[in-house]
Amino acid sequence: MSRIHARKFVSDDPDKCVGCSVCEYICSFEKEKTFNPLKSRIRVVRLDTTINMSVACRLCEDAPCVAACPRDALRQSEETGVIIVDEDKCNGCGWCIEACDYGAIMLHPDKKVVFICDTCDGKPKCVEWCPEEALSFITKDVLAQKSRISAVKKLFYEALKT
Amino acid sequence: MFGYAGRILRVNLSTGKTAIEPLKEEMAKKYIGGIGLGIRLLIDNSKPGIDPLSPENPLILTTGPFSGTVAPTGGNGHAFVAKSPLTNGVGEAKSHGFFGSELKRAGYDAVIFEGKAEKPVYVWIDDDSVQLMDAKHFMGKSPQETEDMIREELGDYYIRVASIGLAGEKLSRIACIINDKTRAAGRCGLGAVMGSKNLKAIAVRGTKNVDVAKPEEFLEFVRVLHERMKGPATVKYRTLGTPQNVLVHNSLGALPTRNFTNAIFEGAEKVSGEYLNERFVEKIVGCSSCAMRCEHITIVPEGPYKGTMARVEYEPLWALGPHCGVDRMDAIIKAIDLCNYYGIDAISAGVIVGFAMDCYEHGILTNDDTGGLDLKFGNADEMVKVVEMIGKREGLGDILAEGVKRAAEIIGKGAEKYANHIKGLEMTGYDIRGLKTAALGYAVSFRGADHNRHGAYALDISGKTNRFKFEKGRSKLVIEVEDLYTIIDSLIVCKFSRGVYYKGFDDLAQYYTLVTGIGVTAEELRRAGERISNLARLYNIREGFTRKDDHLPIKVMSTPIPDETVAKGQYVSQEELDFMLDDYYEHRGWTREGVPKLEKIKELGLEDLAYVVEGKI
Repeated sequence: MSRIHARKFVSDDPDKCVGCSVCEYICSFEKEKTFNPLKSRIRVVRLDTTINMSVACRLCEDAPCVAACPRDALRQSEETGVIIVDEDKCNGCGWCIEACDYGAIMLHPDKKVVFICDTCDGKPKCVEWCPEEALSFITKDVLAQKSRISAVKKLFYEALKT
Repeated sequence: MFGYAGRILRVNLSTGKTAIEPLKEEMAKKYIGGIGLGIRLLIDNSKPGIDPLSPENPLILTTGPFSGTVAPTGGNGHAFVAKSPLTNGVGEAKSHGFFGSELKRAGYDAVIFEGKAEKPVYVWIDDDSVQLMDAKHFMGKSPQETEDMIREELGDYYIRVASIGLAGEKLSRIACIINDKTRAAGRCGLGAVMGSKNLKAIAVRGTKNVDVAKPEEFLEFVRVLHERMKGPATVKYRTLGTPQNVLVHNSLGALPTRNFTNAIFEGAEKVSGEYLNERFVEKIVGCSSCAMRCEHITIVPEGPYKGTMARVEYEPLWALGPHCGVDRMDAIIKAIDLCNYYGIDAISAGVIVGFAMDCYEHGILTNDDTGGLDLKFGNADEMVKVVEMIGKREGLGDILAEGVKRAAEIIGKGAEKYANHIKGLEMTGYDIRGLKTAALGYAVSFRGADHNRHGAYALDISGKTNRFKFEKGRSKLVIEVEDLYTIIDSLIVCKFSRGVYYKGFDDLAQYYTLVTGIGVTAEELRRAGERISNLARLYNIREGFTRKDDHLPIKVMSTPIPDETVAKGQYVSQEELDFMLDDYYEHRGWTREGVPKLEKIKELGLEDLAYVVEGKI
């Protein structure tokens, strides 16, 4: 059973993200065979032009969305942490949408049930296509490692130059 | 149909009625979309000789066949087309961002806005639902404020908005239409057309699918384009951006300075792309579906304009900078921000400020006229103030907001000599006195002074042509690139991506076919470009244009470049221009007066417009 340390999810580096929404188009095509950002499992947010970031499911431990569902339509894969939606049980009530702190759950425009990033079975297409290489498929531990390294790099920026 | 939505929306602002018409495949194939489709709809939906600011002038909004797909740069474009209040001829302006793709998802290839609303309104297009909404409370607001307020009012934060600012409301002839906060359909004064209709904004939410004919092959092609976009063809846009031009043009003696008084600028270093990127650029962002991103967002770090944020490209930088003799980047950024805030074309605005400075230096404008502003070349803070006056139509700004041609006529006293425009549209940042291939492109451009209607400057700057001497037959090169640019603007792919279509029309034809399923060959697509170029010419002829409208600014034709530079002494004489035009008309299949001959009209399938040339050939 993979615990949270080993779970990989799609993470966006806002320093690199330019808000182009290629990830949305590619996701919608991969999952629904059409170009429609409203059918994407990853969504871009642009604030004040300079701040851009895509958001997808973070695969939380003890996911609040699962706990919030009154119909037991959501369950979390023990193996990958991915949230699995039982479309027969889901009636689109939106409790899970409210429970998600990241806005990573959406109501499907046609099917009227919720849909969530499933990491394309561990090979996320958005990561493959991101023109800026801003997206990565990564664990939280490795994210922390990367952050530490860039923080230290910044601290010793001058020293590294010489 | 694939790619296309197959529908044209008609909104009558006078009656509030809307109607939907089909976009027929034949029309799509002949005019492609974007400006091609827009100009065709303009000619079909307007009477000759109308006042551009009257309710009879339709404002046409189009998307391209790629809009709404992941086609890099092509997925996000839209165009506005109407009779231009600056030129009285074809007015067209494109913009990118996110608005065009939203409109396509709402299910429209084009929207025709007709008539005039009784009170200020905005049009709210929510898929199939189209409503006229009260815009009273948005009046006087900037496009950026309007965008936020509409989203708040309608309660959907992914609504996309194209709107005018105060300048458009006040019918400034250089008013533009802004979408996604920083993107402008800038040229030709189409914001004034929108304002004349009491149309403050267009808000769009589209939720429909956009499907392409051959999705797998299309994605393969897109993948190739993504790779190419990481390569040399787009490196300029991804790194220094278009402001890279400043030092290049300066070294060639092709950087118009102080209203085309000089062709080199002593302050060039301080307004260069290099300087800008090191000190001002905060982030480079992209439009929807783009794989190259170019938008250099700058923030002023200190001084009187501290905290000002604007997107900077070469043309506005040039117009408000070197063209006004201004070498202070903070003031240039502030002025660009003001142009966005009031909704005016930053190129035209800068050219007009430079014109006013030239008039001031020559005693044509005095302190009485300027309200005490010392309008000498190089006075950065004064430049910023004049931009604000133009935006608000205050004092001298009220006259200047009429565009440089009309402003010169109103001011009189020989001010015309300093008005740098072609057909009424203000010049752009290429000193064509020493760029003779470009000079022809500028003279014949159907929307007036513009580098983006032909791109012929590239031939001169790269050294492919002798830029100081125009020889017979060279028009062929201009026509080739002109028709390519017309197709680029009809597909609406971004011009910054032009270098990634390695095989030109072949690549674009393949692209078009994969998206739409409508098979076209490279030759057919080139032919469509030629058709649209001729269509635009026919529109202008219908509105009374003749050979004499294919002119160049008086300064370009009378004042040789005075500076110690390779281009010293260059200018374009009347004799030279006539030689160019004769050559160009001949290769176009037009008469010596520049009128398309009947056989050319027939060859292009424009027979129904033969009436335009009746009695003129």
